[in-house]
Amino acid sequence: MNKSVALTGNEAVATAMKQIEPDVVAAYPITPQTDIVQYFSTFVADGQVKTEFVTVESEHSAMSATIGASAAGARAMTATSSQGLALMWEVVYIASSFRLPIVMPVVNRALSGPINIHCDHSDSMGARDSGWIQLYSEDAQEAYDNVIQAIRIAEHPDVLLPVMVMQDGFVISHAMQNLEILDDESVKKFVGTYKPDHHLLDVKHPMTVGSLFLPNFYFEAKKQEAEALERAKKVIQEVAKEYAAISGRQYGFFETYRLEDAEVAVIALNSTAGTVRGLVDEYRAKGLRVGALKPRVFRPLPHEELVVALQHLKAIAVMDRAESFSTHGGPLFNDLRSVLYESKERPVVTNYIYGLGGRDLTLDELRRVFDETLEAARAGYYRNRVTHLGVRE
Amino acid sequence: MANLRELSKGPEIFTPGHRLCAGCGAGPVVRQVLHALEGAPVVIGNATGCLEVASTIYPFTSWDASWIHNAFENAAATLSGVEAAYQSLKRQGKINDEIKFVAFGGDGGTYDIGLQSLSGAMERGHDLLYVCYDNGAYMNTGIQRSSATPFAADTTTSPVGQAIPGKTQGRKDLTAIIADHRIAYVAQASPAYWNDLVTKAKKAFAAKGSAFMNTIAPCPRGWRSDPALTVELSKLAVETCFWPLYEVENGKWRLTFKPREKKPITEWLKPQGRFKHLFRAENKGLLEQFQADVDQRWEDLLVRCGEK
Ligand SMILES: Cc1ncc(C[n+]2csc(CCOP(=O)(O)OP(=O)(O)O)c2C)c(N)n1
Repeated sequence: MNKSVALTGNEAVATAMKQIEPDVVAAYPITPQTDIVQYFSTFVADGQVKTEFVTVESEHSAMSATIGASAAGARAMTATSSQGLALMWEVVYIASSFRLPIVMPVVNRALSGPINIHCDHSDSMGARDSGWIQLYSEDAQEAYDNVIQAIRIAEHPDVLLPVMVMQDGFVISHAMQNLEILDDESVKKFVGTYKPDHHLLDVKHPMTVGSLFLPNFYFEAKKQEAEALERAKKVIQEVAKEYAAISGRQYGFFETYRLEDAEVAVIALNSTAGTVRGLVDEYRAKGLRVGALKPRVFRPLPHEELVVALQHLKAIAVMDRAESFSTHGGPLFNDLRSVLYESKERPVVTNYIYGLGGRDLTLDELRRVFDETLEAARAGYYRNRVTHLGVRE
Repeated sequence: MANLRELSKGPEIFTPGHRLCAGCGAGPVVRQVLHALEGAPVVIGNATGCLEVASTIYPFTSWDASWIHNAFENAAATLSGVEAAYQSLKRQGKINDEIKFVAFGGDGGTYDIGLQSLSGAMERGHDLLYVCYDNGAYMNTGIQRSSATPFAADTTTSPVGQAIPGKTQGRKDLTAIIADHRIAYVAQASPAYWNDLVTKAKKAFAAKGSAFMNTIAPCPRGWRSDPALTVELSKLAVETCFWPLYEVENGKWRLTFKPREKKPITEWLKPQGRFKHLFRAENKGLLEQFQADVDQRWEDLLVRCGEK
């Protein structure tokens, strides 16, 4: 039986983890992820999960121990934010190259420096080229649903890759929201048991993990990783379908809103997408043909589907909650603009970098985005390719 | 008591065909430690370093047991994850084998960059053994100094120059640091005393909880010594009291070998090119300083072991 509950984003993720009941969790506290570790410790202390909880001394060790556990045949998870993800950096890449199906909730927080504990996407955006699948979540419901689906995606034999599940720090992680959770039984049945073909503890079939790949083999290993990400696209869709059957909630690569007949669209990840939808309604009421798109799967990038969804537009604003310092816009902008190079009639695409370090995005600022993008649609060109929105000049 | 002939009949987990240099001390350390298992199933962790690169050049492996290398500084954390998986799966009845866990790391990966990860794993009390093969420098990257490099040694980052005569600092006492974690078993050993080393490894594997062994492992390239002298240098390190053999069991320190007479440190230094400059007249003071330091550490150890 599915039931309605009120939970914060962190509670929702911790609940999903409890229901998944991984064999091993190795994690280290960091704001705003800390609650997840604390809730999970309570489940362990109360004997509600069979999980072996490893209270590591750093995030580098959190990821290292999770890798060890996963290579040993355990279903293994960790969770982090910001500096924690940055400290893991080295081993984040090793997890994916070992093809280990680790699932890691990431509560988005700005990277230092200057030090800041509030939301932006600089942490997970920096990990976008690490070979992990990245799922972004608008609210507690999606974070919960994504974590459960992530297990199935990661462990699928055609994939065998780790998955990061993002949610916005504080705005979502600490805000109480109504959501629907599945019963434990349904989650257990959905994720099933993890039975890897090979693992370290199968001592009768010893294996060597992490050997030295010289130039004669390294390239093939990386190519295979890329192919697994390609295959993940189909698996993500299949898993979403199965999940819809038990939850009633549909998930795709991205979610569109009043996009089909729109001339202008605003694209944003995570919690900002909700605010964008509100303004779409406001502008539609004025008779303006605007719409929105919210990416859920950022890695792998569903480029073919994105072209189909976006190519009819006249102008698009891409909202980036991270700087890339390329001086040519943020990471989401650059990927989407590159994707749209494939379309016959290329829309005008502009970039708004916003909300760094937890800076609020006001409705008026977002109205400016809509107005300027409508203007660009009329004119057929943009005034500014990249705008830093809501920052003091 | 171990018996060489018996030991040599046991399964060889670290198999021939690896690419360690002639005279490398890491090989015998690893083989002796693994012989102590007497056939018990094991999962091995390995830090980045000479042992790792020389033993697993894809698609080959020298390891006839499950083996994992993750990165340089995280062998202890990685193996602690493997051990946690074992505890979890065993508790759930998904695994029935009695499996041992051992990690190998060089002094760089253990004393320096991996110290935090090692300390964390030991403090948490994972049921695993960590073995450091201390060859006294970062050998894999070309003989750079580590905090285990002896005083005055000539390395590529503590070169003997016009102004500075080699490494200016002494060694970090890692064995004592780990002993102060109050874990199940800690020992210092030398592959020249194979009986002592294997006995200690057996105790370490039998101990419930974390165990640590620090072993000396001559490196002919880095020490600039004759590969044929590896065993001899492992022995002289002990006889000069540079590398005393002892163990710490349940907090109790005990010498496992006491040289009848302490040989002068020069006997260990002389065959090593990295100390050649110490034998120049103007460096007599450094030599005396080296000897005084060895003496002081030995005296301290005798007190700790209740010998004084
Ligand atoms: C984070 C990181 N820093 C540096 C290196 C480069 N590196 C590889 S092995 C090594 C030295 C290893 O020294 P040690 O642990 O003493 O083992 P040995 O090579 O002597 O066997 C270094 C510096 C690395 N692989 N990873």
